[in-house]
Amino acid sequence: MTRSAPPACDTIVAPATPPGEGGVGIVRLSGSRAEALLAAAFRGRTAPPAMVSHHLYHGRLCRRDGTPLDEVLAVIMRAPHSYTGEDVVEVHCHGGSQLLRCILDLFLAEGARLANPGEFTQRAFLNGRLDLAQAEAVAALIGARSEQAARIALGQLEGRLSQQIHHFTTELRELLLLLEAHIDFPDDDLGTLDHQAVSTRAAAVHAAITELMLTFDNGRALREGVSVLILGRPNVGKSSLLNALLGEARAIVTEIPGTTRDTVEEELVLDGLPLRLIDTAGVRDTTDPIEQEGVRRAREKARAADLVLLVLDGSQPLTAEDRMAVAMAPPERTVLVRNKSDLPAAEEPHSHPFLSHVAVSVRQGTGLAELQAAIVAHFCGPGAGDTVGGVVLAERRHRDALSGTLTALERFRAAQAAGEPYECLAFELREALAALGQITGETTPDAILEQIFSRFCIGK
Amino acid sequence: MAVRRTMSEGAHYQVIVVGAGHAGCEAALAAARMGCRTLLLTLHLDMCGQMSCNPAIGGLAKGHLVREIDALGGEMARNIDATGIQFRMLNTKKGPAVRSSRAQADRDQYRLRMKLVLESQPGLDLKQGQVVRLLEAGGRVSGIETREGLRFQAPAVVLTTGTFMRGLIHVGLVHYPGGRAGEPPSEGLSEHLRALGFVVGRLKTGTPARLAKSSIDFSRLEAQHGDSVPRPFSADTERIDRPQLPCHITYTNACTHEIIRGGLDRSPLYSGVIEGVGPRYCPSIEDKVVRFPEKDQHQIFLEPEGYASGEIYPNGVSTSLPLDVQRAFLRTLPGLEAVEIMRPGYAIEYDYVDPIQLLPTLETKALRGLYHAGQINGTSGYEEAGAQGLLAGINAALQAQEREPVIIGRDQGYLGVLVDDLVNLGAKEPYRMFTSRAEFRLLLREDNADQRLSALGRQVGLLPEARWQRYCAKLAAVATGGGRLREVRVAPGDRDTLERLGLGLLNNGASLEELLRRPEIGLDDLLFLDEQLAALPVEVRDELETSVKYEGYIRRQQDQVERTRRMETQVIPADFDYATVASLSAEVREKLQKIRPHTLGQASRIPGVTPAAIAILAVLLRR
Repeated sequence: MTRSAPPACDTIVAPATPPGEGGVGIVRLSGSRAEALLAAAFRGRTAPPAMVSHHLYHGRLCRRDGTPLDEVLAVIMRAPHSYTGEDVVEVHCHGGSQLLRCILDLFLAEGARLANPGEFTQRAFLNGRLDLAQAEAVAALIGARSEQAARIALGQLEGRLSQQIHHFTTELRELLLLLEAHIDFPDDDLGTLDHQAVSTRAAAVHAAITELMLTFDNGRALREGVSVLILGRPNVGKSSLLNALLGEARAIVTEIPGTTRDTVEEELVLDGLPLRLIDTAGVRDTTDPIEQEGVRRAREKARAADLVLLVLDGSQPLTAEDRMAVAMAPPERTVLVRNKSDLPAAEEPHSHPFLSHVAVSVRQGTGLAELQAAIVAHFCGPGAGDTVGGVVLAERRHRDALSGTLTALERFRAAQAAGEPYECLAFELREALAALGQITGETTPDAILEQIFSRFCIGK
Repeated sequence: MAVRRTMSEGAHYQVIVVGAGHAGCEAALAAARMGCRTLLLTLHLDMCGQMSCNPAIGGLAKGHLVREIDALGGEMARNIDATGIQFRMLNTKKGPAVRSSRAQADRDQYRLRMKLVLESQPGLDLKQGQVVRLLEAGGRVSGIETREGLRFQAPAVVLTTGTFMRGLIHVGLVHYPGGRAGEPPSEGLSEHLRALGFVVGRLKTGTPARLAKSSIDFSRLEAQHGDSVPRPFSADTERIDRPQLPCHITYTNACTHEIIRGGLDRSPLYSGVIEGVGPRYCPSIEDKVVRFPEKDQHQIFLEPEGYASGEIYPNGVSTSLPLDVQRAFLRTLPGLEAVEIMRPGYAIEYDYVDPIQLLPTLETKALRGLYHAGQINGTSGYEEAGAQGLLAGINAALQAQEREPVIIGRDQGYLGVLVDDLVNLGAKEPYRMFTSRAEFRLLLREDNADQRLSALGRQVGLLPEARWQRYCAKLAAVATGGGRLREVRVAPGDRDTLERLGLGLLNNGASLEELLRRPEIGLDDLLFLDEQLAALPVEVRDELETSVKYEGYIRRQQDQVERTRRMETQVIPADFDYATVASLSAEVREKLQKIRPHTLGQASRIPGVTPAAIAILAVLLRR
């Protein structure tokens, strides 16, 4: 229930590059403990205190128990001569989202905090490293990136996982409200608190979070990757395009269960970039309420997707349904795919402000390489946003929050076993809820009170 | 000090306080004690400090507020110490910071003593009169005007209108204007405030019937007694040796609930006559019966109204049912078979001014020099009112003296939590304090209220010198005691001592502090080992025990406070133009513009203001 923006004094960490399976990845730390954090994990001929500022050193990054994670190059840029004006450490490692995750976890476990959107830039500004005139630009950047981060975090939290995490919150709130009711209403005839029941329920949440954390570590818990939505009217060739992309990439991973009947999701990795390909029901002009619902969902999906592939039939003039699809596609995140390029082109109707145009023939397999290149360029090329890094970050943020919840719950159970008073137990539960609140939003005192009033007959 | 009293009407004052309830009395006393010529105007001079509802002070979080009032130099704690008839410490086993004092009061004595204190306060004029409008000059308040057309000038005015503005009393389907049973409402002032542009809303509260003591058979009822050694609220009170009276406990039953259900068609609550929003934590008995049908009984406390009073206050049966239903259901309670009602229970609707329109100094944003405190801000409770009145009085006086205002932080006291909640969240229902509202609860204990606030009380000139010296002496005693705990050791070979403490072998011996950390050992168990410790006053010993036993928790809580420090000290200029910040969403801009937070920390507590928005503001404030 500490309701605060991040303090600007702790040490933050984030990937500075989008993860790719083959290339180089950079993890960046900034803050007073950056060097100490590196020292805790870096094993090389030159140890961090002896490193000269702005020089690269070769070594291995190791876990606490000494097992090596990766061969890396590390550089310390000591304050104030760094981008943020604080001590900055960069670790250049091999690419790959799994490895990047492990390295982030390593620093998080040592006490770093995941950077908020735009926080490196914010620190640079606050430490006088940026021109004063750039303040507005920095502010705009923070706003834009936060919005993007929120969109990604929500996208990651669909379905079962979201339900699970909300269930944890509900359970912990319930335990807290029992304690708080017995603290604040001693004369209200509430009966005695059932310690055994509280203990059992706390243990159940603890066990469930522990299990979920394991699936995180296996990389199975969250939807990997950025979302790419295939949009267009029925029979324009969407499903064939999906299959062609999957076939080309030869990397079908799983079919995700629990998706709605009118969308199909597939995962693939393109040039080391993890993608979720989503095929929607066709966009159809209709008055049928069920189909209207399908269209509404397609519109929602288009809004949420990281990239939209808008498929049109290049051999025919635009239909009313095509126009509906065009209207749904966000121009700054859409690649226009003109299918059936093997057939004679209809008159050139496409003067829309999309990212790029690609002509393909799914039937003949032409143009697919260009399309793949356009997708990768959008996410990894010059001008690419934080999308990919954002996905990894959002995923780590969830893990971090769950891990914090777990720590607090362990303290809660120890305190309960030691017979600490209600007030101290409530303190630990509030910490657990605050950690979980990084995903689900904070639990306000009012929310707890509201539940107390609806559960118990309060008021002498 | 010779004080010239201004007796002529239409005189100039430095501070005018409107209303002499729990908020108004504290506000007026604070202003006068800080050296301001002060006028306290009220509708009925015999009702200063009247307890409109239950005859009790304190309780969870409320006891804390009373200690804070005392630490700042207010009157409530002394008043209840002098007029209490039963004292209890609640929650003794649930943690150090949620222990709370509660006392039953002699209703008449409480009021009479408060009036005496007001009358003998130099620099304070006490007058009867109804204020109908505020005077303005140069965009700020300049005084008030009474119904009779009398004008009093002052650069600072504190409004504490309680339930009086457009008060409407309901008993069954009968309703009539009234500010409290037997007293007329205040008409005109809330219309005037609305005309000035304030958002005025309507709340509701209620109170139970008062019963004839002589008609109750106490012999079959369980008695609840006070503590054998009553602990005073005020540091000025050495001890309480007045005789203590018991309360009694009875219960409603199926028959009671049946009668109540049968009367709902004539309930103003359930027939839609009442528009005001009532408190969820203090529901009427008809509400409890309807909302919790599975509960087959509700606990009722029968509280004495005073040593000499023939009336009993039945706590737990607040109601606005018709009088015949009130009597019928009360007579189903054990011990109350022949009960006679002396005053009917009733609901009351009244106007309040949404506190979201206030600065954290309790000054209104719309009209400089105007302060609101108590139920006008949508709060309920004597203690909440008293604490706000004190802060409003202090700030009104500071403004009249052209000094910097005082704002109390959430880590400094429940008073800080209260005001911060009011100005950021507004009040949609009557607001009552609970310990769960305080995120830094472990730091806000009754026993350390003086350490949190007495320096502030002294700084503004409210805490008398003698009291300050006593506080310094307590601090010194705490330091001495802490030293003894670390110095005095039990040797490994000291078998007698170890046996007496129920301990096994100690390899290297242990200091008393180390021993005190053990859950099974309390400070009282160790007193035989050191005369200096044994000689310390009980409140000092309590504090020593708490600081040792909960050191880990207290430190973690202090770390949490420290993490918010930077935000809490980053001031946002009052004229900051949110409209020009394009990177904030329109919704966030609108919220910030409306509340105009004083600090970045306060901004972060406004619902809907995101961490990203705070980061953006942090950047822009450095510009």
